[in-house]
Amino acid sequence: MTPETSNPLLELKNVIKYYNRTTPALADISFSIMDGQFISIIGPSGSGKSTLLRCINRMIEVSSGEVCFDGVITSQLKKRDLRKLRTKIGMIFQHYNLVDRLTVIENVLHGRLGYKSTMAGVLGRYSQEEKMQAHRIINILGLHDQVYQRCDQLSGGQKQRVGIARALVQNPRMILCDEPISSLDPNSSKIIMDLLRSISREMGITFIVNLHQVNVALKYSDRIIGVNKGKLVLDGSPDQLTTERISDIYGSTAKDLMTDSEERYAAG
Amino acid sequence: MQQADIFVKRRNDRWIFFAVLAVLTVGSVIITRYDVLKGFTSIVKAFVWGISNFYPDIESMAKLPDILLKLRETVLMSIASTTIAAVFAILLSLAGSRTTRMSRFFSVMARGIASLFRNIPLVAWAMVLMLAFSQSPLTGYLALFFGSLGFLTRSFIETIDEVSHDAVEALEATGAGYFHVIFQAVLPSSLPQMISWLLFMIDTNIRDATLVGFLTGTGIGFSFDLYYKSMNFHAASLVVMLIVITIIIIETASNMIRRNIM
Ligand SMILES: Nc1ncnc2c1ncn2[C@@H]1O[C@H](COP(=O)(O)OP(=O)(O)OP(=O)(O)O)[C@@H](O)[C@H]1O
Ligand SMILES: [Mg+2]
Repeated sequence: MTPETSNPLLELKNVIKYYNRTTPALADISFSIMDGQFISIIGPSGSGKSTLLRCINRMIEVSSGEVCFDGVITSQLKKRDLRKLRTKIGMIFQHYNLVDRLTVIENVLHGRLGYKSTMAGVLGRYSQEEKMQAHRIINILGLHDQVYQRCDQLSGGQKQRVGIARALVQNPRMILCDEPISSLDPNSSKIIMDLLRSISREMGITFIVNLHQVNVALKYSDRIIGVNKGKLVLDGSPDQLTTERISDIYGSTAKDLMTDSEERYAAG
Repeated sequence: MQQADIFVKRRNDRWIFFAVLAVLTVGSVIITRYDVLKGFTSIVKAFVWGISNFYPDIESMAKLPDILLKLRETVLMSIASTTIAAVFAILLSLAGSRTTRMSRFFSVMARGIASLFRNIPLVAWAMVLMLAFSQSPLTGYLALFFGSLGFLTRSFIETIDEVSHDAVEALEATGAGYFHVIFQAVLPSSLPQMISWLLFMIDTNIRDATLVGFLTGTGIGFSFDLYYKSMNFHAASLVVMLIVITIIIIETASNMIRRNIM
């Protein structure tokens, strides 16, 4: 391996986050991630998954510790450079977070705003190239019939694909997904997860995906990170992790989640 | 035990509430010597008088052009003051909303201004402003402006926080700048709701402008005052009728607009 490829794309060092003085939402989290990996973060509700994800693109500021993305320490970035950093990191949400009253193409092009001057962005002026790229991605995601439809007329699965398209037009190196399938039925969930996995493979984009369903994580990930009460309690590849090991590490909730999601997937 | 206590407490609270209300009502009636029975019978009498005197006749129609002119003044003043208040309210609400605020300090300031203005009743505004500008259209205009500013700012803040929070998060995460977020996410999501509030406010302000006109001696309120005091009840009734018709028209129009933008 050359030294270049062995540098991690993302590195967290002793990240701590306090929302209040008493208990930390993140307590001393460290890990590093190689380019192109597909990583799941699992953990019970309230364990700090969303907080962890948002500390990576500084939607939430860490209390102490260091987040290093592509060799840059993010906490030191000024506004302009922070915007530049964020263009390299896409984000996908449980509730899709689209502007419902705008059309699919408008929402997808929002992914270009990070590259735009104030005036061009305010007026929504996009170059021919940007529009073509947006259309190309929309086609790949199978939304060509909905291009000019308002997003409030779409199904959940379609909305999530618009969210994915918005992240992809950013030309990101990494995409963060906060429970991308928690609002979807089993069938759409499978479509979305397959899509994320193949995007990761084909475009070489690194994924960090928060998941509630342990066996979805087992099925799709290169590596699984477990958090509980803000602590990193588990880190390994799926084949190293048996059901017992997982429930050992973070309590009986894992078993419930397992059986629950297994049923969902059997049905789907 | 715990649960039983809650039910007992609820029941006691209800009893106390009704007891206090009863004492207040009886007390007020006694103190003001308000004759409840007479109150009701005089409503009937007023109704009878109204039917025999309070209707527009041919003669009063001669006043129609005058009245329409005043009515137009009132309607236009209401629309202008509300719309201009809305422009300022958008700026204040962007500063005040948790989703779009630039700093906590300005947010508290904006919310403070909004709640101060909203809590001063319109009539109080009119009276205070009369001291400064005496009886003039400007007084009425400013009274409506300040009242609307407070109400609209608060409504807009709620609208922004409610409808655009998620999309704002997503756009910020893409690296979009502050003005990008405002123009591409906040305004597209909240404008229809804001316009709906604006229409409601115009509607309310036309009603209120009539009352403010009494005080400030302007607009349709002044016409009514004039005819009423000179005992020209037919003309006065024409004024009332025109106000009612105007309000119905405005309300129908705003409902139509609302249906189209939502
Ligand atoms: N903005 C906030 N202010 C204060 N406390 C917060 C805030 N956001 C999260 N927390 C707290 O931090 C802890 C971790 O929350 P977080 O949302 O990261 O958990 P999560 O693992 O994503 O949970 P879920 O699976 O339910 O989404 C929780 O105890 C939560 O109450
Ligand atoms: Mg979460």
